[in-house]
Amino acid sequence: MATNEYDAIVIGSGISGGWAAKELTEKGLKVLMLERGKNIEHIKDYKNAHKEDWDYPHRDLPTQKMKLDYPVLKRDYPLNEKTLGMWANEKENPYTEDKRFDWFRGYHVGGRSLLWGRQSYRLNKEDFEANAKEGIAVDWPIRYDDLAPWYDYVEKFAGISGNRDGLDVLPDGIYQPPMPMNIVEETVAARVKEAFKGTRHILHGRTSNMTKGKPEEGRVHCQYRNKCWLGCPFGGYFSTQASTLPAAVKTGNLTLRPFSIVKEILFDKDKQRATGVEIIDAETNQTYVFKSKIIFVNASALNSAWILMNSATDVWDGGLGSSSGELGHNVMDHHFRVGASAEVDGFDDKYTYGRRPTGFYVPRFRNWGDDKRDYLRGFGYQGSASRSGWRKDIAEMGIGAGLKDAISEPGPWTIGMTAFGEMLPHHDNRIYLNKNVTDKWGLPVLAMDVEIKENELKMRKDMQQDAVDMFEAAGLKNVQGWDATYAPGMGIHEMGTARMGRDPKTSVLNAYNQVWDAPNVFVTDGAAMTSGSCVNPSLTYMALTARAADFAVEELKRGNL
Amino acid sequence: MERRALLKLIATATGSALFAGNAFAYKDLRPVPISETLFSQTDVALFNEMAEVIIPQTDTPGAKAANVGETMAILVTDCYTPLLQKTFKDGINTINAKSQSTFGKAFLQLDTVQREALFNELDSEAKAANLANKVWQGVETGKPSQWEPGTDEPTPHYFTLLKQLTLYCFFTSQIGATKVLRYVSIPGKYDGNVPYKKGDKAWAT
Repeated sequence: MATNEYDAIVIGSGISGGWAAKELTEKGLKVLMLERGKNIEHIKDYKNAHKEDWDYPHRDLPTQKMKLDYPVLKRDYPLNEKTLGMWANEKENPYTEDKRFDWFRGYHVGGRSLLWGRQSYRLNKEDFEANAKEGIAVDWPIRYDDLAPWYDYVEKFAGISGNRDGLDVLPDGIYQPPMPMNIVEETVAARVKEAFKGTRHILHGRTSNMTKGKPEEGRVHCQYRNKCWLGCPFGGYFSTQASTLPAAVKTGNLTLRPFSIVKEILFDKDKQRATGVEIIDAETNQTYVFKSKIIFVNASALNSAWILMNSATDVWDGGLGSSSGELGHNVMDHHFRVGASAEVDGFDDKYTYGRRPTGFYVPRFRNWGDDKRDYLRGFGYQGSASRSGWRKDIAEMGIGAGLKDAISEPGPWTIGMTAFGEMLPHHDNRIYLNKNVTDKWGLPVLAMDVEIKENELKMRKDMQQDAVDMFEAAGLKNVQGWDATYAPGMGIHEMGTARMGRDPKTSVLNAYNQVWDAPNVFVTDGAAMTSGSCVNPSLTYMALTARAADFAVEELKRGNL
Repeated sequence: MERRALLKLIATATGSALFAGNAFAYKDLRPVPISETLFSQTDVALFNEMAEVIIPQTDTPGAKAANVGETMAILVTDCYTPLLQKTFKDGINTINAKSQSTFGKAFLQLDTVQREALFNELDSEAKAANLANKVWQGVETGKPSQWEPGTDEPTPHYFTLLKQLTLYCFFTSQIGATKVLRYVSIPGKYDGNVPYKKGDKAWAT
């Protein structure tokens, strides 16, 4: 059937899949974008976007039934009524844990672009060179300068707000004006800068929430409702639905097929090329084959690896891209949930207006410049200051009118920040196919065998103590360090399972994200990351995807694919 | 081929992305009727009276006006573990029993002064019990459903459960959020340096 043939197939519709679809369709390719879950149409399907707290039957609390239905999700904050139905059904889509791994998945059009934290930072020069300098894992096959123009390109289109701070550790990009800091954050930032003589910085968060609209794209600037995870009817932040999907649709070259679980990539071993994909329709269980010249794998780091592992197994036992022995290995995340909080005196006559969907950012300062620690790499902090509301704990809080009055006025200013630390790539941090357990469609599931190791555990001590030191140096009171513990996956920054490299013997992808063993297959999501940096990774996936798509189309024209 | 499966394949001709399939995006959660809870309308009325003692009507509406009793019934039924449900239900009975033994009347027959006296006493008792049982600080303004079956986290005093439910259900209600606290649905901007004078209400969220 003619309609089963396309120039390109994009597997996945999240942050990187959306970019792949946009770039390839805009360059004239007929593209089929496959999404394993349901469709969510921009604005129309954001059913909760205009609801208020009191519109939820359980006021956003998880019910005991929800906890039974989502045994993984309930381990952390994502289980709530507002986003119920937006996370993968755990009974239909199980996985197994050799070691605890919290996997938070969005199986629907847009993927986690509807559920992301939106913080958008560039990796720095050092991030691309550290592996080689330190003899860790393998060298990135690209450098900062290779990606810099693509960062420019994706930032402009996605709409990132932020300040240009002029620091090598956190390269500046193309930004809309930043969302303001509040008076307490500004004050603490100034004190920290002075106390640490300019070696530690509290900066404006850089976020994909826009401070200027893009009327030509039907997007309005952020309305400061802080309801991003309900889908933004204003298109105020970057999501597939608000940004890349409309651009791809506009070309007339896109076909989007929801409920399409890619079972495997079809591989022609004579030509050493992929020929298409076989999918299972999630609703009808029927299988279909779609053919294409190139394939972009953007199913999110772990699922992209799953697809490769399940493909071309007649040629390689471990699947497509496994010849290096690295497919599914080197799993990384960002370890976090450690930091400090404090109270801030002297601002009782100040308050805020609006619900800002971002905060401040403290770029890495450890193992940077002259600083040298007993571990490698570093961490950054995300945080904010605010006045506590009715949830504040008032000692001797009784009952009656006195309680009502006390609790309905804002409490003291507090400030807090949590560190996000780099996790080193280790070959033995891995995922693999567990063929003893199958999902609703009879497909083998992933087994997780990932842990944080000595380098991360040492780093966590600094992640807590440095936060305490900064708040104490700023003269804050009741400074409390905390470590809420971390399990791999909780950062929702899975990376590394099909890493880029310079040598097909030690990496899965080359410098343009091509699978060494099948050059017309490109993997441009978190799977490609050779190292993790400590900054939020999604912006880098966008840049890698746009760069790889540009290369792919040129290679197609040259007849190399 | 099924019609729907076919539909998914047709889109290329027109070049437009085809949005096939059902959109079950964000769940459209229906309200829970009291008939599906462990409680009756009589219970709801009693919860409202009790909650009103904790958050009374002043120059702004109180717990009863926000009908927190209904939300409490729903949360206790669906969000509580069986152990917490029992603690809560036994606690309501205990309140009535204490009312009888102290004043010779059921709770609903007490006047405002008696209700306040009883609840002040229970509040002190609850604080002492929580301290002795090492219940976490801040439990009174915490979220009412954080407990899980099988955890060894100590159960708060029953009066603390009532108080926590009252505060949570009240301040997340429309009346609590908009008439007692302040709430703007679409702020449109962020200002991090707004003058504040004592007595101005807090933002609901």
